[in-house]
Parts: sequence; C-alpha cells; structure tokens
Amino acid sequence: MKKGRFGNYGGQYIPETLMNAVLELEEAYEYYRKDEHFQLELDELMKNYAGRPSILYYAQKMTRDLGGAKIYLKREDLNHTGSHKINNVLGQALLAKKMGKTRVIAETGAGQHGVATATAAALMDLECEIFMGREDTQRQALNVFRMELLGAKVNVVESGTQTLKDAVNETMREWTSRMDDTYYVLGSVMGPHPYPTIVRDFQKMIGKEIKEQLQAVEHRLPDAVIACVGGGSNAIGAFYEFIDDPTVQLIGCEAAGLGVDNPKNAATLANGSVGIFHGMKSYFCQDEFGQIAPVYSISAGLDYPGIGPEHAMLADTGRAQYVPVTDLEAVEAFEYLSRTEGIIPAIESAHAVAYACRLAPKMAGDKIIVINISGRGDKDVAAIARYRGVKIDE
Amino acid sequence: MSRVKNVFSKGKAFIAFITAGDPNLETTEKLIPAMSQAGADLIEIGIPFSDPIAEGVVIQNASERALAAGATTDKIFDMLERVRKKTSVPLAFMTYVNPVFVYGVERFMKRAAACGIDAMVVPDLPFEEKEELLSSCQARGIDLISLIAPTSKHRISMIAAGAEGFVYCVSSLGVTGVRSRITTDIAEMVALVKAARDIPCAIGFGISTPEQARTMAGYADGVIVGSAIVKIAEQYGVECVGPISAYVRQMKAAIE
Repeated sequence: MKKGRFGNYGGQYIPETLMNAVLELEEAYEYYRKDEHFQLELDELMKNYAGRPSILYYAQKMTRDLGGAKIYLKREDLNHTGSHKINNVLGQALLAKKMGKTRVIAETGAGQHGVATATAAALMDLECEIFMGREDTQRQALNVFRMELLGAKVNVVESGTQTLKDAVNETMREWTSRMDDTYYVLGSVMGPHPYPTIVRDFQKMIGKEIKEQLQAVEHRLPDAVIACVGGGSNAIGAFYEFIDDPTVQLIGCEAAGLGVDNPKNAATLANGSVGIFHGMKSYFCQDEFGQIAPVYSISAGLDYPGIGPEHAMLADTGRAQYVPVTDLEAVEAFEYLSRTEGIIPAIESAHAVAYACRLAPKMAGDKIIVINISGRGDKDVAAIARYRGVKIDE
Repeated sequence: MSRVKNVFSKGKAFIAFITAGDPNLETTEKLIPAMSQAGADLIEIGIPFSDPIAEGVVIQNASERALAAGATTDKIFDMLERVRKKTSVPLAFMTYVNPVFVYGVERFMKRAAACGIDAMVVPDLPFEEKEELLSSCQARGIDLISLIAPTSKHRISMIAAGAEGFVYCVSSLGVTGVRSRITTDIAEMVALVKAARDIPCAIGFGISTPEQARTMAGYADGVIVGSAIVKIAEQYGVECVGPISAYVRQMKAAIE
C-alpha cells in the first residue's frame, strides 16, 4: 500500500506550500509515537486531566424498553470538555509542544473540537485560534463564548456555506500563511496524511477500553458497535480495535438531515461519490462536475460533505456498514435517551442512539450492542427547543 | 509539442489569469483574444471550484460569481472551442484536482486537448500525487505544471527535475491575492530550479503593479498575474474587456 493510503483512499492532496509542514509532522509523529516519555506524559493527561478511562454503562432501562439486545453506552460524554474530541486534542497539542510550536489553529463545527483545542492550548500555554462558520457560531453560540473564555480567538468564517467545510478551508488557508510557529490541530480522521492516522491513533483507546470493560462484565465481545459519523473520528476510535474481530458488526450513522432523498442532507456514503478534497481521496457529496455540495444536518458536528479515508475503505470492503439517520430520528433519540436513562447525548451521538433503537428489538436478548455516546448534549438543548418550537430565554 | 515553449521564446512572458464564467462565459470568450492582443503570452483560465483552498478572497468571490452564473466544466470547454477559432494564444487551465478527477481524467484531458489547452496548473496536486493526472496529460501533449513555494527548499531540485513546460514559483506564503511587498528570496528559488534543470520559471502570487512585475521579471522568465485582473473583472463586470486589456498592455510593457 502506498504511504498514507487506506486502500485507494487518503493521500496528500495539498498545496506545495504545506508539503514540508506535513512531512515535518509525519516525521515528528513517527518519532514520538514510539517515544516512551511522550506516551507516559499523554497517559498521565488522559487519566488525570481528561478523566479516562470513560465508563461503559449498562443501559438497563433502555434494554428492557426496547426488548432485544443488551445495550451498553460508552460514555465519552463524561470526558473533560464533554466529548471524545479531547482525546485527539491532548495528543496533538502535546505533539505540537514537542515540535516547538507556540500556536495552534483548528476548525470546528459544533464547537466541541474548538472547545477541546482551546482547553488544551490553555493547559499547555499555546496561543490558539479557532475557525468556525458563521452559521455554526449562531447554532452553537454558547461554545463560541466557552472558547473565548478559555483564551482562544474565534474567527468567524463568512465564505461558502459558512459551516464546517468552510471552516476547514479557512484553517488550511491560515496554515498556508504561517507554519513556522503554527500547528494545525485537525479535528477528525480526515485531511492529508498523516492526519487520518494520527487522529485515529489518538482515538483508538475508545474501542480498546470497550473491549476490556465488556470482557470484565460479560466475558465476551459485543455483537455490534454503533457510532455517529461526520468526518468519523469517534467512530474509527470505537471501531478500530474490532476490525479484526469479524463477529463484531461495525455500524456508522450518517446525518441524513431531512432525508436521503431530500437535497438537505449530509449522508456522504449514501449519496456521495469518490473525489479528492481537503487533502484526501475519499467519498464526498458533490455534483457531476466535482463541485462540493452544500450539505445540511441539524447537527453542526456531522454537517460535513465528506468522510475520512479509512471509513471509505471500510465501506468498500463491507467491514463496516454506514446507515443514514434523519434529523427527526436523531431528535427523537435525543429525547428518548434523556427520558429513559437520564443521559442527554450530543445531537451527533443521538444519531447512533436512533439507529440502535431500530436495531436492538430485532436482535435476541443474549446479543450485545455498544453505542458510542461521543459527547454530551448540553450544547444542543437550545437547538432542540427551537426544533420543537419551544421558546426559551437563552 | 505544446505551445508553452513559445511563451518564453520572445523575452519575458506575461501570464494572465481569469476565472472562466466571471461574470459570464460570453465575457470570457471576448476576454481571451483581447488579452492575447494586448500582449498576454499565456492565458490561465480558472475553472471555478466551490472550495478553492489556495485562493484569497478575490478569486474565491470570482469562483462563486462564475458558478452562480451557471459556468460548468462542459460549458467552459464549449466556450474554448469557439475561442480557438479566433486565437492561437497558448492556454492553461488552472483548477483543483477534484473537478478533473470527477469529470474523469481521461475524458477531461481528451476534451482539453481538443480545445487546444497546453498546460494544467493544479495547486492541490503536489509532486507526491502528480501521477493522478500525469500520464493522461502526457498522452495528450499537455504540460502538467509544477509549483514550488517559499517553503519548498530541499524539495526544489526533485520537483524541478521532473517539471514540464515551466515552473510556477509561488512568491509568498499564504493564498493568492495582491500584496504590497514580496519578501521571499526569489532569485535563490529560481537559481535552485535552474541548477536542477534548464526550464523557464514564472513568478506568481501577489503581483499587481507594473513596478512589481518589472522587479520579478528581473529574477525570472515570466510573471503571472491573477487577483489584480480578477479585481478589474469584479469592478467592471461585462464591461471589463477594455479595462483588462489596458491593464495587460501596461503590465506587458513594464516587463519588456
């Protein structure tokens, strides 16, 4: 396999100006990946700062209510900053520090990656600038203030569709203008090599912990692992440990917005085709001339027209399945999990909960489903109220 | 043999960029022969892309205007077929790898060659990935242009050794757009290219005034101007042919 490729996907499709920066990153990562001190430092941060390992919770009421497979929730929502994003960010910020960088930049959709990056930057004394689409700054106004509170500068992106895709464009443009002291903390398993590998490696403890924790209580592997997919970092983190366990079904839930037959969706594998964008060959929502489509989802974190290259490969080989989940299904699951288990999931994670609610009743009572609750839903409460037509004073 | 060789055979070359379809394709169809008559030695035609990550706001906005006005790759090819009946000026496409890849690389190059496209400039296709387009370009006699940047350093000799047509020297860090100052050591960049291979070098990114063009032409074989021309198109819309021709004439005179 060619360097930085997942089957046919991946690669390094970026301007020449960035090539040496990306090669420098690759070299540094290869070194620190094997460096014992780096790993010890990172483990310490994960344990005593992020709060790992996150618990694996048996959702007894939900299991009983759905009347099928046993359901476990991997509680990434309990991490410091409230989502799985902190795992990747602590790894990359530490790497940036080791590389002698003094400034980090990052894109954000829902704001979770931006908040996590601003947090790590505060902790490690790095200057921090976040790029966020105007539409997302409105949907997730609270997260904008959180980032500012943490000392980051938030740049509002006015170009294109003013969402996550455009935030990535703008962060790449910023990186092109300044890379000597600046490290780009990419938030998902996407972009040019080595990012999809780095981000996956910093997220793969999710699946590793699931395996160990389930082994301890059930003495067996799960039958299905379900996660939501935008770029796909929490999903690859949950899946990776199980790729060589063929009995474990891996299911990624894409945001279908108003429905896969409605143009207002972000279901890349359901509707997309192979293309080359944001540094990688993968699947993208686009037209016949390769113009990237303006996608839509109620979830700012899944509102992205592409998917990471490793997912593209897993979809092609059939090792993982990808299913579309609509806004309405996700909102209903958001409300359902809140009511049933007293856990308010991020609207992103609610896409995975929704599919599990469909799947569990069809499975026998001795089967086990693990849902990755990638983040907590506090940030979404206002948006869900708006969706339901409830007026609240924010 | 592509026409690119001729571009640099009559002294310093002036390379002019426009976004196809901005403000509409009829205007682009008039602009190409007009810019050629005004002294442009090579015309770079931008195929608009929804997400041009190497462009500053001026060309980003031009791409948006062109797409909103209905420009598509097919309509650009059709327009160029008509243009080719009026002018034999060397032509290059400037676009991103996705519009070419999704159109089908073979199918794209076949139509490009039929319209007399001589070169391709693809800013998100670095040396490591150029195989994506290279064999199809070579089969049709189209030069796939290599770019080097101020950050390229030790990569320059490797890139130059495999370059075709000319080497596009990116003058500055960051995206395209007018700059008041260019601080990179351009002479050194060009010298590193020439040490690896005797191939023409053209400088682009940030050049807008006749003085800048003259200085840059002193270091290299040609200069490339994009955003400054696109700004005139933005200002004058369908009436831009005259003002752009006048600008090209002035810039060409400055480097002669």
